[in-house]
Amino acid sequence: MASRTVAKDIITLRGSAAIVSEFFGYAANSILYNRGVYPEESFVKVKKYGLPMLLTQDEGVKSFMANLTAQLSEWLEEGKLQRIVLVIMSKVSSEVLERWNFSIETDGEVVEKGVSREKSDKEIMREIQAIMRQIASSITYLPCLDEPCVFDVLAYTDKDVAVPFTWIESDPKLIANPQMVKLHSFDTKIHKVDTLVSYKNDEWDEE
Amino acid sequence: MDAGSSSSSSNLKGQSRCPLQEQFLQKRNSKENLDRFIPNRSAMDFDYAHYMLTEGRKGKENPAVSSPSRDAYRKQLAETFNMNRTRILAFKNKPPTPVELIPHEISTSAHHQAKPTKPRRHISQTSERTLDAPDIVDDFYLNLLDWGSANVLAIALENTVYLWDASTGSTSELATIDDENGPVTSVNWAPDGRHIAIGLNNSEVQLWDSASNRLLRTLKGGHRSRVGSLAWNNHVLTTGGMDGLIVNNDVRIRSHIVETYRGHQQEVCGLKWSGSGQQLASGGNDNLLHIWDRSMASSNSATQWLHRLEDHTSAVKALAWCPFQSNLLASGGGGGDRCIKFWNTHTGSCLNSVDTGSQVCSLLWNKNERELLSSHGFTQNQLTLWKYPSMVKMAELTGHTSRVLFMAQSPDGCTVASAAGDETLRFWNVFGVPEVAKPAPKTNPEPFAQLNRIR
Repeated sequence: MASRTVAKDIITLRGSAAIVSEFFGYAANSILYNRGVYPEESFVKVKKYGLPMLLTQDEGVKSFMANLTAQLSEWLEEGKLQRIVLVIMSKVSSEVLERWNFSIETDGEVVEKGVSREKSDKEIMREIQAIMRQIASSITYLPCLDEPCVFDVLAYTDKDVAVPFTWIESDPKLIANPQMVKLHSFDTKIHKVDTLVSYKNDEWDEE
Repeated sequence: MDAGSSSSSSNLKGQSRCPLQEQFLQKRNSKENLDRFIPNRSAMDFDYAHYMLTEGRKGKENPAVSSPSRDAYRKQLAETFNMNRTRILAFKNKPPTPVELIPHEISTSAHHQAKPTKPRRHISQTSERTLDAPDIVDDFYLNLLDWGSANVLAIALENTVYLWDASTGSTSELATIDDENGPVTSVNWAPDGRHIAIGLNNSEVQLWDSASNRLLRTLKGGHRSRVGSLAWNNHVLTTGGMDGLIVNNDVRIRSHIVETYRGHQQEVCGLKWSGSGQQLASGGNDNLLHIWDRSMASSNSATQWLHRLEDHTSAVKALAWCPFQSNLLASGGGGGDRCIKFWNTHTGSCLNSVDTGSQVCSLLWNKNERELLSSHGFTQNQLTLWKYPSMVKMAELTGHTSRVLFMAQSPDGCTVASAAGDETLRFWNVFGVPEVAKPAPKTNPEPFAQLNRIR
């Protein structure tokens, strides 16, 4: 997938972009599975990051993810992607219940000058593994999603990005007065990804 | 220390309020719902912060090109850009909505079952009812609130003891004490839920029959000063006084004083019998916590305590025996201590100590779950629900605007009443409804339910 061919510990912009978009693909699948957005029968188990990960077999979701990650890597390589947000909404009311926020900081020098950085694959995988574990365990504190839900993905890009014609501008789909839990982050030395989940406050509906 | 003034807020006395009436200025909504792990961030603008941390720094890195006008221009530019800096994009083609092959009801139940977590109990953050408690004596060392087994709540407001029937919501006045004998310094229901003991400022204790509103008996001679704590153990009423004495009174017999426990140098403000009636815990203003054993008591010789625990550094008023472990006692210290400590009362060893950050006025165990509720003073005047034994905070209930002096638990264990120096009595549905015998397992709640699943 990546063009990290020179040496184990050298990481290029393309390689880093591939790692990040692949990470997002697996993370999104894991969230959709663990949060029960799609029925668990539609997932199969694969080994990734030293963990059993689940991937959807639903053709619609699969192609959505494939298109998405392809576009994400393109933006990542240009250093124009600031944030990816996976939003879980109520199917009936479209109310936003959870936002999985992956903020991305790109090393500007790498994008401008095309230099590479050094970080071992193993270390990055270990960092990603920690996040994946946290996502899987997040169901212990997140409120139950006891209604049918749908999801959407938002990409925060620089203003100068031309909008691809399959994409449209969207509102941020924020949650009013959310609870937030910060998860681990990982760093390829080129892209630093911070993960944060915000969710609808349980008490809010009391008003 | 927790010196409480006996005179309660006089500025409010102007408007006469009926005690225990529904308050209409209630429900301060906790807008600042805080996360367990992260301070409230809703007020922060992350985009702006991120910009300032990344873009903003770049300007400083080449100071050669900076001039005041350039700076101003850049600032303006940054501001405009900050408002309109990112583009938020979403795919036109939305991901497919999950298809529901099985009817909704079954599928949701399947989702629930799939998750290994217990469904979270909803803990209401606001009080479900607020009653006025005018003229409540704002004194840390007293015990003015109790909820009897007949589901009647007793509260002492200055010289008068009021009863609030939780089943009907009706209020009645039980007794008013003469000015020279009052105010009432403690109330405690007998186990039968009918008789109630009232400790007075003049060192006497009265026994009343709540059914007939009649004074049955006055116990005198046990103390030399006010009686701030009471605890029943069948027909024995134990009284703790400002004189540091603890007296066991057998209310059936004429010479009612059967034992006297001497161990405290100062006022006894916390007094609780264990569930078995075998051990008595007493806490005092001298920072001491004593455990007394019934079987060691004898009327002829001075009774020695079983354990003398000197770990608290402030007055020990909050005491609670664990309902599911007979030798486990929780105790809370006052303003200078702020700790909740757990004791094995058989051995006298301290099992755990947690600094709560605020004076501990009262403690209650949940009868149905392994949870402990504590009530506090400055700065938050909150009720805190703790998971035992991990002592993870499960909820903080705010609403009171002054220290939450007293708490009492309804006989069914679900509701907690709290009375505070702000002259309100609040009811919290904090402990949840006990699980009534589990309903018979539904037939076939999900396909393949017989298979083990580990996730």
